[in-house]
Amino acid sequence: MPYLVHSPQERAEMLAAIGVDSMEGLLVDIPASLRIPSLELPDGLSEFETMARVTSLAARNRVFPDRLTFRGGGVYRRFIPAAVAAVTSKPEFYTAYTPYQPEASQGTLQAIYEFQTLIAELTALDVANASLYDGATAVAEAAMMASVQTGRKEVLVAGYVHPEYVEVLRAFSDGRGIKVRKGSEPNAKTAAIIFQQPDFLGLLVDAADLTRLAHDVGALAIACVDPISLAVLAPPGEYGADIAVGEGQQLGMSPSYGGPHLGFIACRKELVRRLPGRLIGTSHDANGRRGFVLTLTAREQHIRREKATSNICTNHSLCALAASVYMTYMGEEGMRRVADVSFKRAHALAERLAALPGWELAFPERPFLNEFPIRVPKPSVVSRKLARHGILGGLDVSRWFRELKGVLTFTCTEVNDPRAIDELVAAVSS
Amino acid sequence: MTEPLSFEKSRPNAHAPRLPDADVAAEELDRVLPREVLRSRPPTLPRLSEPEVMRHYSKLASMNYSISEQFYPLGSCTMKYNPVANEAAAALPGFTAIHPYQDEETVQGALELMWRLEHALCAVVGVDRVTLQPAAGAHGEWTALRMIQAFHRSHGEARTEVLVPDSAHGTNPASAALSGFQVVEVASAPDGRISLADLEAKLSPRVAALMLTNPNTLGLFERDILDIAELVHNTGAKLYYDGANLNAFMGVCRPGDMGFDAVHMNLHKTFTTPHGGGGPGAGPVGVKAELVPFLPKPTVERLNGQLKLDFKRPQSIGRVRSFYGNFGMLVRAYTYILAMGGDGLTQASMDAVLSANYLRKRVEGLLDVPHEGPCMHEFVASARNLAPNGIKALDVAKGLLERDFYAPTIYFPLVVPEAIMVEPTETESKATLDAFAAAIKEIVQEAKEQPEKLHNEPHSLPVGRLDEVATARRINAYLQGQSEDPILRWKPAPNEAC
Repeated sequence: MPYLVHSPQERAEMLAAIGVDSMEGLLVDIPASLRIPSLELPDGLSEFETMARVTSLAARNRVFPDRLTFRGGGVYRRFIPAAVAAVTSKPEFYTAYTPYQPEASQGTLQAIYEFQTLIAELTALDVANASLYDGATAVAEAAMMASVQTGRKEVLVAGYVHPEYVEVLRAFSDGRGIKVRKGSEPNAKTAAIIFQQPDFLGLLVDAADLTRLAHDVGALAIACVDPISLAVLAPPGEYGADIAVGEGQQLGMSPSYGGPHLGFIACRKELVRRLPGRLIGTSHDANGRRGFVLTLTAREQHIRREKATSNICTNHSLCALAASVYMTYMGEEGMRRVADVSFKRAHALAERLAALPGWELAFPERPFLNEFPIRVPKPSVVSRKLARHGILGGLDVSRWFRELKGVLTFTCTEVNDPRAIDELVAAVSS
Repeated sequence: MTEPLSFEKSRPNAHAPRLPDADVAAEELDRVLPREVLRSRPPTLPRLSEPEVMRHYSKLASMNYSISEQFYPLGSCTMKYNPVANEAAAALPGFTAIHPYQDEETVQGALELMWRLEHALCAVVGVDRVTLQPAAGAHGEWTALRMIQAFHRSHGEARTEVLVPDSAHGTNPASAALSGFQVVEVASAPDGRISLADLEAKLSPRVAALMLTNPNTLGLFERDILDIAELVHNTGAKLYYDGANLNAFMGVCRPGDMGFDAVHMNLHKTFTTPHGGGGPGAGPVGVKAELVPFLPKPTVERLNGQLKLDFKRPQSIGRVRSFYGNFGMLVRAYTYILAMGGDGLTQASMDAVLSANYLRKRVEGLLDVPHEGPCMHEFVASARNLAPNGIKALDVAKGLLERDFYAPTIYFPLVVPEAIMVEPTETESKATLDAFAAAIKEIVQEAKEQPEKLHNEPHSLPVGRLDEVATARRINAYLQGQSEDPILRWKPAPNEAC
């Protein structure tokens, strides 16, 4: 059987050393009425057969090429340097556990300490944690932090925040008796205003104004941000937001049908003790050598149990490593360039699509970065037509927002070359 | 041999990566966007050439212990071999390159895989349906409790308490609290199992659920599980199974048959998806029919041969994460289940139990083993017999690191003083188990003869024991405004700032 190591002879030797005749002697505590004859599953397969089965499932999925993917909505195709997979596929990283024994886990600990620094720099906030599951749970965790910090039981969702993030926020809030309200008029009961920059449709919001609104009533401002955008857009720390969260998939992770990706969270110094999840800090040994350790664990479930700031144990460490490699490889200049190229191509595409008969930008007065909503005649016909040309076209957002009937959001990144844009426009016009 | 931080190695003139030009007619960003939305000060990111980046991370990799190189007997963590075929499967472009918002008819393979994985997991744990959405074990616990909460609410009951044994994983009480429940602890009996008397005393119409793992965190099977289930169900409460210890009995018995109503599984434990140095994992939750209406949405359904995502679930607790879960981890787990089959999974559990009992036998007489065996897939020893020598569980752990073994889980469960929790799994050979026992023997001898030497271990790793207390103290100083060094991140020296 694959992956098992004991030979029948060794099994017999081990049973003899334990002093029992058979495995039954070790299963005596299990009531007979609970024993099952066998699992109702087929027998195992050879690696060759296993891979053939799995490969045939993969073949039943349609893969749109990177350059012809114009759909975003929270998950984006981007150039991923080969360095990322080369690092994350090192077994020393991917087969290690959470770094409980720091002396034997310095690689993971230092890499994540660097990740915390990278995220803190990018968001211009004081401290970032070691990662969360995804953008949605990061928004929810930030809202829980704000509720505990302010002692208030309502959070406000302003504008077009990713609808799935709001659904997750509701699931988190519901258990704890926190109310989720849509709008941007906070009151004395509001713990936080949550907004997304750029928003779910790709449009820029007035983050500074929303932050001010929150602070005016003693609430916190939670900014859900696109990490690539922070190479060019004002980061949450610059406009005074208290907590920044976001989805880090664009930092070196493939779409993978939605996961695993990366949640990140950063905050002002005053909120550090309320942060969920792991935190890594510097330390030193008796010889004065610098090392890294898990720290402030008194916030965490394995120490504080029901009083912990969250229940997170396993987080998304390997995804944080991927993001670190990406950001280290790209540097500030590389990330700025990626954001800039994406911006220009998206604007070139928007201009050409808006010139098509019957097509018009849904919010022509609102600035955007590299994703934009456009009203089109017969969106389903457009999508089918594009698919026939091998293009994954815009996302129909009316599925979540009834007022946006006929609106598709298109995204452009550095992988959508100018010819791909030509092909898209030609396919639509055909 | 420590490695400088990427920030410390950064060179201002290093080559930035070559990236394409925009090659389209478009205005400059700072001419289109209003100035107030633009960043005023660039982030300080490291600037390194690709060869330097690669060497940096290779150096860091060499500073880690991992299951690929070391025995990793972390109790409750099920650190078994991560099959490389799983990685090959998850790397197939047909899985990595699909967008979560593609139309369902273009992702039938992905949905089929999820459907089959769900039904395989149902068979292993004996439940009616499984949600694959939770991203980790604790996330699964919380998801299950939210479903139980929704169930009770749908019956007009506002049950406010969740019972948790004193030997439970810390995530159990934390998940219960995050769902808005009050946590009530149930005591262990002297034999290490849950105290039925205390359970009866704590059960009331206020109780929504009992959270239990079986075998418990001492590695002992709760023999009275059927009585426990009856007691719990008689008060209208639900029984929740913490699947951290599922590796103990696949193919032998099933939590669903024991009376558990909701069951979480850790794919990164039992089903060999790699732990990644702290995730990503996946924490699917299985439920019995009564709880099915409350499953997170969407579920995957088969209709006339086509697979569909079902969003129309009026009683659903909603979404617990974006999209459909950690899909890449689901591919790995499914690949493992295919390769192992029902026969292989059963043998895996048998071998895990055999390995644990064998190692337990080898360690008895060296360390205290407080509870009577046999154990299931793990056992808890105690270093309290070394207390007269001034040696603690921590010293034993560090001594093991010095001898090229990762350390067992220590100081858990809380009910055993100086606990050393060992889970060898089925993928470690008898020779490895013997070598581990020999290392324990050497450490015990050293503890008795040269305890100071043991206090100073490890000394052949990149760093020696680190002063975690000093770290926490310095963070406090920073948080209280008495220091500029955040400790939790690198900061450019004031004169280096851009």
